[in-house]
Amino acid sequence: MSDKIFETRGTSSSFFVEKTVRLNAARQGASRLAPDWLRHWRTPEALLRLISPLVLLLLWELASRWGLIPPRVIAAPSQIGGTLWAMIVSGELGRHLLVSLQRALVGLSIGVTIGVIAALISGLSKRGEVVLDSPMQMLRTIPSLALVPLFILWFGIGEFTKIALIVIGTTFPVYLNLFAGIRNIDPKLIEAANTLGLSRRELIWHVILPGSLPSFFVGLRYSLGISWLALVFVEQINTTAGIGYLASDARDFMRTDVIVICLLIYSVLGLLIDGLIRTLERFALAWRPTFVRN
Amino acid sequence: MSSIDLVEASKTTDAVAPVQLRNVVRQFGQQRVIDGLDLDIAPGEFVALLGASGSGKTTLLRSLAGLDSIDSGQLRVPRARAAVFQEPRLMPWKRAWKNVILGLRVPDAKTRAVEALTEVGLAHRLEAYPATLSGGEAQRVALARGLVREPKLLLLDEPFAALDALTRIRMHRLIIDLWRKHTPAVLLVTHDVDEAILLADRVIVLANGKIAEQLTIDLPRARDTGQEGFQNIRARLLKLLGVETLEPAAQANGAARQATASSVRRFAHG
Repeated sequence: MSDKIFETRGTSSSFFVEKTVRLNAARQGASRLAPDWLRHWRTPEALLRLISPLVLLLLWELASRWGLIPPRVIAAPSQIGGTLWAMIVSGELGRHLLVSLQRALVGLSIGVTIGVIAALISGLSKRGEVVLDSPMQMLRTIPSLALVPLFILWFGIGEFTKIALIVIGTTFPVYLNLFAGIRNIDPKLIEAANTLGLSRRELIWHVILPGSLPSFFVGLRYSLGISWLALVFVEQINTTAGIGYLASDARDFMRTDVIVICLLIYSVLGLLIDGLIRTLERFALAWRPTFVRN
Repeated sequence: MSSIDLVEASKTTDAVAPVQLRNVVRQFGQQRVIDGLDLDIAPGEFVALLGASGSGKTTLLRSLAGLDSIDSGQLRVPRARAAVFQEPRLMPWKRAWKNVILGLRVPDAKTRAVEALTEVGLAHRLEAYPATLSGGEAQRVALARGLVREPKLLLLDEPFAALDALTRIRMHRLIIDLWRKHTPAVLLVTHDVDEAILLADRVIVLANGKIAEQLTIDLPRARDTGQEGFQNIRARLLKLLGVETLEPAAQANGAARQATASSVRRFAHG
């Protein structure tokens, strides 16, 4: 994939060079006056790509200043920046982030554990599949949002309900993907393992588990995303801390700047999580052709 | 009605054939894929199995490899057996040497893996992942994985079919070298008549789940396709497989043909 990007960059830059040459030829009279370094100046691609977002940001700022966009709709970029800085300095943002992170991680680790165990049971044994798969398939279609009122009735409005909802959301992606991964292992490899005299346990350990690991990572990626999304609504239930609380609190006070900050945090965390999974995959799936060749 | 005996290596004496099939039947629905087959393979014998698609070759090999059962008859195979398939079937997540010793329960496994990979000329690729190996290299790892188990019976299911012509010639030499060194009985399933004659002591033609014909190839070793008698055997086998050869025309201008044949000879080492 990186190859492809590199290639498009190469072609676009060569196109650019041609264009300047032609321009130079057209305005030779004017450019003769400019010094040599200026005539051969080429702006780096990364900077060029930054121009349009910066312009947009500037337009947004100006529109807010001139009163075209009222702060009730969305705050000015400068105000958002100022609030973000204040929240970082006061430690408020860090406190909320830590609480959310903890909730997400606890819920995620429980959910992934349950998902993995269930997938192993139903993936590795026919009996397990008969018992476990149909209830899992039924439960997975229930949106976890719909469970909120029920969970509040059952478990109250404490921490347990919040974690439980995250667990529900993160279990199924891991279950479904790992189950499919186990069942989709190349039967030819299983045959080869049988001719090599592997025992059932060795077969699972040396063939089935490593072979289903890529699918597990797909599930984990989904689960991580869901654990963050779940925070948005989970943290609106009787909380005093967390990113979701911050957002809902800001809504009540019409603080659009804080809402935007929350959204920013989500996207940055999404990026960080993706980077984390990529690093994990690089170690765990080092044998894959895409990693081997790099 | 059916019985499969797995013979322990210690019990077999040299005199007893490692593979004994008596009246073996395997059927899928009403169709008998193997129909009352009798077959003995002597210790250290190299047998090639030819046959059109659907003649039961692969089913027979799978039964011998323990991947498929039989419906009736008697089948005796040594427990120490190994199979190499058309695709290398290496575990992509294991490095070459780990693939070789997969399922091998010996204390000095790594040393054995190094020895086996050195034997097939891959001492420099010990730590490679299968994704980085070429087709020929991967097939050599698969061969090493089979031979490291010191099998009494080596089953080869069209192992050279997916390789390019040059690699195939090298693999033919390698397989003969290794066969001489380890002396397993070999059963090679192939579509390639030349390959069968170049490598085997005996060529069996399978048709409708039965042995249609078997030929003992007593051409001296270090065989090549231009050898005296080679083309006769080839023509006979092709006829059995339903391919007519241009025998009369060939004999008419025999001298000219001899010259062209020798320039495109195929060789087997050993």
